[in-house]
Amino acid sequence: MSAKSKSIQEKSKDERLRKVSKLKVLLNRPELGALGGSILVFIFFGIIAGDTGMFSAYGTINFLEVSANLGIIAVAAALLMIGGEFDLSVGSMIGFAGICIAIPAIYWGWPLWSSILFAFSMAVLVGYANGILVVRTGLPSFIVTLAMLFILRGATLALTRLITGRTQVPGLRVLIENDPIAWIFSADAFKGVFTWLGSLGLIALRQDGSPLATGIPASVIWWIGMTIFATWLLMKTRYGNWIFASGGDKLGARNVGVPVGRVKISLFIGTAVAATVYACVQVLDAGSADTMRGFLKELEAIVAAVVGGCLLTGGYGSAIGAAFGALIFGTVSMGIYYTDVDTDWFKVFLGAMMLIAVIFNNYIRRRVTENK
Amino acid sequence: MTNNLVEFNNISKFFGSVIALKDVTMHIKKGEIMCLLGDNGAGKSTLIKTLSGVHRPDEGEIIVDGQKTIFDSPRDALDMGIATVYQDLALVSLMSVTRNFFMGREPMKGFGPFKTFDVNKANSIASERMGQIGIDVRDPSQAVGTMSGGERQCLAISRAIYFGAKVLILDEPTSALGVHQASVVLKYIVKAAASGLGVILITHNVHHAYPVGNSFTILNRGKSMGTFDKKDLSREKLLGMMAGGEELDKLEVELKEIDRLSKN
Repeated sequence: MSAKSKSIQEKSKDERLRKVSKLKVLLNRPELGALGGSILVFIFFGIIAGDTGMFSAYGTINFLEVSANLGIIAVAAALLMIGGEFDLSVGSMIGFAGICIAIPAIYWGWPLWSSILFAFSMAVLVGYANGILVVRTGLPSFIVTLAMLFILRGATLALTRLITGRTQVPGLRVLIENDPIAWIFSADAFKGVFTWLGSLGLIALRQDGSPLATGIPASVIWWIGMTIFATWLLMKTRYGNWIFASGGDKLGARNVGVPVGRVKISLFIGTAVAATVYACVQVLDAGSADTMRGFLKELEAIVAAVVGGCLLTGGYGSAIGAAFGALIFGTVSMGIYYTDVDTDWFKVFLGAMMLIAVIFNNYIRRRVTENK
Repeated sequence: MTNNLVEFNNISKFFGSVIALKDVTMHIKKGEIMCLLGDNGAGKSTLIKTLSGVHRPDEGEIIVDGQKTIFDSPRDALDMGIATVYQDLALVSLMSVTRNFFMGREPMKGFGPFKTFDVNKANSIASERMGQIGIDVRDPSQAVGTMSGGERQCLAISRAIYFGAKVLILDEPTSALGVHQASVVLKYIVKAAASGLGVILITHNVHHAYPVGNSFTILNRGKSMGTFDKKDLSREKLLGMMAGGEELDKLEVELKEIDRLSKN
């Protein structure tokens, strides 16, 4: 570069840099991929299935609910992944938590609220066990939580059969109605708004005049709430900085006084608790618990987190991204029924999406860490 | 009372039957740069770890501000103002300049459970501090990975100073850097010392140490070969005193021998 062109660049440095850096900031956001992906998916189904009722109130609630269920665990999995660890026991924890709610309530006569609290305390215990094992032994969390995956699923199955003689525990529906806390996981929100919209004829009605979509499901509220909370945690608190630091460079973080062990343990507790929220929503919605509930959900949560921009190696990612990752997942898995495509192809799509996301993320990471 | 910031008197450290350090004595005054030189295996790493509280010395005493002390952990050393910048710098390249600068010691605002990380304050402090050492951080939220090696080193040193270091222990701060970058870092170290800090500069590069150091301690096979003032020591003498000097002479003789034999 000649001296002249250099001096020209110097002069116009400020305004030019500002322009570039704004674009760069946007490009470097971890959730960009998932956001773009969500828009693409909506455009795609808008064209293919726009007139099929997929985007009616009822259809929208349907795919949002699927997204929300996954989103609840994906957001927690994303935090853990940013903290540098995996939790493969999430799916098994869902089944285990479901049983922890159902058996005390149905067979031991506990009030429903106390069995829900019991399930949450078991979640804290399982999360703590995962965390302390990973932190103390230094083994990869992949192995530790893989072991926990089998242990929990096996224990769920064995205990349930031992106590009930079956693998499903139905009969919870009657207990929900008078319970003081069950509504947190099962009630629809904004029912009034939906009834009003129905009376205006804006959304579809049932035979009896009530709207087909009765309100925003509790899971959707949880999903949005948890995403906001996790994002606040990551971006605005000291603990959030510690999560990034623990995942980015464990030793470096420890050297400057970040309590890496405690951060990781708390994140493992977070994923187990999120799995229990998922279980509460599912069990109270279905009115029964099933030992196989949550099967393979841990992998779906990881897909959502990765599509959402989390690096598998930790230290980078976003909760909003994971929420969008879950939205893509939910939209496609429901949307595919509205198209002529055989639903068998869904998993192909899932795998391809994850592969593209990982390649894209890798590129982003190189941009973030190497460009000068 | 002396005006020494820190004194390390007759420090010894054993690992089982291995004598890693034996009777090492060093004093650091305010505004002084003390270079600790030694070849690989001379015990530099062990000494740093002992000085920074990772290891406890088996013999000898550490005196900070005239008070005899024992460091139980790196945190203890840090609390007494002895900060160590390790070779890995304790920086996370995926995190922003600001987040790295305040990692583990984030400024907070608000109260109770609603205390939040004061990002704006952190950003302005980080850019201000980096600006002071001549590094223009255009955007303090840019990732540290985008910075050069020298800039990272300066960031790590600047962070240690901001958080109240009185004595800086720098572990090979120039080893991975090019000539220009190394000179930037060395200049910053001189500035830091001029502002009243004591600096222990650990290196095996005499050419980096000699221009900036006030005194030199040479470590060889776990023992100190003494501390010398700059005025008593020429660069050549310093080079010769490092284990490398003798070795190189021997190597030269051996090479000549090989050369002679191959000609026959």
